[in-house]
Amino acid sequence: MSDPRTHHRTGVRAGAGKPPAFPFDAHDLDRFRELQQLAYRCAERTAAWLEPGVTEREAARRLRRELVAEGVQDFFHVPFAWFGDRTAFRHFHTPLQFFATGRRLAEGMSYVLDCAPVVDGYTADIGYAGKVGDNPVWDRIAEDLLEYRELIVRLVRERRTLNEVYAAVDAKIAQHGYDNRHQVYPGRVIGHQVTRMREQRLPAGVNLFGFGVRTLQTLGRELISERLHGRSPLWADGRASRHAPTPGLWAVEPHVGFRDVGLKFEELLVVTEDDAYWLDDDLPHVHRGRALAAAR
Amino acid sequence: MNGGDRMATERNKRNKRSDVRESGANERQDGPADTGAGAVRGRRVRSGALSLAVYEQGDPTRPTVLLVHGYPDTHAVWDDVAADLAVDHHVVRYDVRGAGASNSPRTTEEYRLELLARDLFAVADATSPDRPVHVVAHDWGSIQAWEAVTDPRSAERVASYTTLSGPCLDHMGFWLRRRVRRPTPRHLKQLAAQGVHSWYIYLFHLPVLAPAAWRLGLARAWPRVLRDLERVTPRADHPQRTLAGDAARGVRLYRANMLPRLLHPTPRPTAVPVQVITLTDDHYVSPALSEGLEEWAPHLWRRELPATHWSALLEKGTTVARMIREFTAHQEGAPAADALAKARTGRAQGPAGEAAEFAGKLVVITGAGSGIGRATALAFAERGADLALCDLDRDGLDRTAELARLLGAKAETHRVDVSDAAAVQAFAAAVADAQGVPDVVVNNAGIGHSGTFLETTEEEWRRVLDVNLWGVIHGCRAFGALMKERGAGGHIVNLSSAAAYLPSKMLAAYATSKAAVFMLSDCLRAELARDRIGVSTICPGIVNTNITRTTTFSGVDAAEQERRQKKFSGLYARRGFPPEKVAAEILDAVRTGRAVVPVTVEAKAARLVSRLAPGALRLAARLKVG
Repeated sequence: MSDPRTHHRTGVRAGAGKPPAFPFDAHDLDRFRELQQLAYRCAERTAAWLEPGVTEREAARRLRRELVAEGVQDFFHVPFAWFGDRTAFRHFHTPLQFFATGRRLAEGMSYVLDCAPVVDGYTADIGYAGKVGDNPVWDRIAEDLLEYRELIVRLVRERRTLNEVYAAVDAKIAQHGYDNRHQVYPGRVIGHQVTRMREQRLPAGVNLFGFGVRTLQTLGRELISERLHGRSPLWADGRASRHAPTPGLWAVEPHVGFRDVGLKFEELLVVTEDDAYWLDDDLPHVHRGRALAAAR
Repeated sequence: MNGGDRMATERNKRNKRSDVRESGANERQDGPADTGAGAVRGRRVRSGALSLAVYEQGDPTRPTVLLVHGYPDTHAVWDDVAADLAVDHHVVRYDVRGAGASNSPRTTEEYRLELLARDLFAVADATSPDRPVHVVAHDWGSIQAWEAVTDPRSAERVASYTTLSGPCLDHMGFWLRRRVRRPTPRHLKQLAAQGVHSWYIYLFHLPVLAPAAWRLGLARAWPRVLRDLERVTPRADHPQRTLAGDAARGVRLYRANMLPRLLHPTPRPTAVPVQVITLTDDHYVSPALSEGLEEWAPHLWRRELPATHWSALLEKGTTVARMIREFTAHQEGAPAADALAKARTGRAQGPAGEAAEFAGKLVVITGAGSGIGRATALAFAERGADLALCDLDRDGLDRTAELARLLGAKAETHRVDVSDAAAVQAFAAAVADAQGVPDVVVNNAGIGHSGTFLETTEEEWRRVLDVNLWGVIHGCRAFGALMKERGAGGHIVNLSSAAAYLPSKMLAAYATSKAAVFMLSDCLRAELARDRIGVSTICPGIVNTNITRTTTFSGVDAAEQERRQKKFSGLYARRGFPPEKVAAEILDAVRTGRAVVPVTVEAKAARLVSRLAPGALRLAARLKVG
């Protein structure tokens, strides 16, 4: 093995270019915030409609109908619904398993709804965790979820590299005694960059492997251009994420599990050249986590 | 068979002449004063046309325990248990019809279970007319007691029932039927296992053979059978002098009852509280037979005793007596002793509804605040065990306990430095006091250290050996002594490492400490084998745990220390072997009693190479790795 010290020096990413300027104005941020609120609203309505016996497919369909009724034209990815141990991605071996199945909701089960509506090129990507009936494990994780939220924004504000933030989240998960389930997402990502999609020739509402074709086009373009600057629009724990947080909007989705119970949240993090903050604090998981902590 | 009948008749005549006090091994316990708790008072009780020899001990105002012996025994098989229980119970034993000093019926018909149950009620009525009795039965005694316990009269006459190695034949009939009708691989395996255990039952159905065998030498050879196959120390008063006749006549128990009941079982439920003591090394009754017993006996407690069919009564009488005492006391209104409370079935349900395999077991884990210790604690909790956990890290420990409780376990925590002998002793005493003697002890606490032999300072050497080696020594000493003294077996798991057989110049102190744990475990395993306490050595390779974040490095400054900790944590994280998989291997080692368990591919490969080409590993040890 080479001397770790030299290894360390050469390991610093020398080629990383000057970070780009923050690309959005106040109006853009308002549009993103409104869309995120809309998405959570639809998820909450779908959650209220859920009851034992409903299948994942029915739930995902219902969520899509709610979103379309609110004027959503396209999806970054199709709406997902996971029930029971599928919320913790247990026994997931292929990406196809993310798609909704015929699994039925039962008393005491956890569930997760995940959707990513696109309106006028603005994108929201949200994850809503819930449970049916009594589930003390779920309550415990729901309370701890806010710690990850605070940890992430604090470390990004300190401009720690994204893979370092990822490792810190991992350490926190281990400390809590849970396991990292976002590593099951393609690319092990805990988050990804969100940009405003430009006018495109590809049709809206058409998807490939669950991702809208416009999304894939945008994502492909981003992957290449960011790569040239030594950055990645995907936030994981590998070498590609060894760079300071790129100014812009990031959809961050820590997903933790304990045994058969998995919880996540997903929301937009605003990263400017010298600061970072969550786009919106008025969100269901924030209120719920605070209420649980207060009740303790 | 005719010979057997003639002998029986002769025996009957002798019974009529003889006083009960002439026979029975318990005479020697009488001593000068007949009033002590141990004194045995003989009497005879009529049941139908027969006269039964009954033996009483202890204060008749105390709760009555009625002990029923099996085949080919007499009441004397209970000597140890009875002497122990007589201190605070009214102990009643009797020779069942055809055995010892009781009369023998003439025909096979008269050995039917209905009549045997009638005998039991007759004895209970005569010795405890006003209070229901606590029935305890073994082997055929248990089979006939089931008949009584599932009889409507039991509601008034039987306060509780403790059964050892004797199923209800009707329950067994349904058990067989269910498995024949649904021949899943598991069911077929259970059928085959019980089929093999039952070889003697087939023989007993052949004419002439079995009685003749008993009379022509088997009875004489019986002490040797008990010693060699049943691990029973020979003693002067056992087996009884009447063995040959008892055994030959008793064959009729099988002939009168086995086939009719097994082929045409009738439903026999009971509302009596039942305690099943499963003897894990029983050669005649497979533990699977009690599966599904909840259906017939909803008030059920399940306990285990590592003993053979006869060593349970003849070697572990005090342990059996303790279990009986805990059960009768609880049925008489006392709060359940801890061990008994855990034996209550019900919480014995895993999250998915399957029976929890470690229900009622107490598991001690050191270093339970993170990593492998925490994962092991949760894996045991998930399968029904209760926990006694220690660590230096209070927060981590509390978190483990909280998660274990969410999984349904009872978990107590203690902040203990395992390198401190007195602290570990106090920990063991506190656990024994509050939760009882553990069934499983996992000596997991350990620290990482990297440095060559000469780089490692004396202080660093001490620290590594204190925690990694002395911690295990203290744990094994404190808990091993408790487990040995209790006499109910158990399992000790020591966390060693692949480094124990994989030398590296960079891990001088760490590998030394782990190699010592490896050898210590080998020695301890040999020592505790007689006590049925297993010892497993776990040798993990690269596992993603906290240990890398706290590993110390010799001869570097603080900044470099932190850098290397980060680097190795990253390396181990990328290897991505989760502590949960080590925990799964630990549980498996406890199940199977495996001696040495390398975990991870690299640990297994290294173990193989260490045996095939140790020279290659010695050469590789020169690399600067770790």
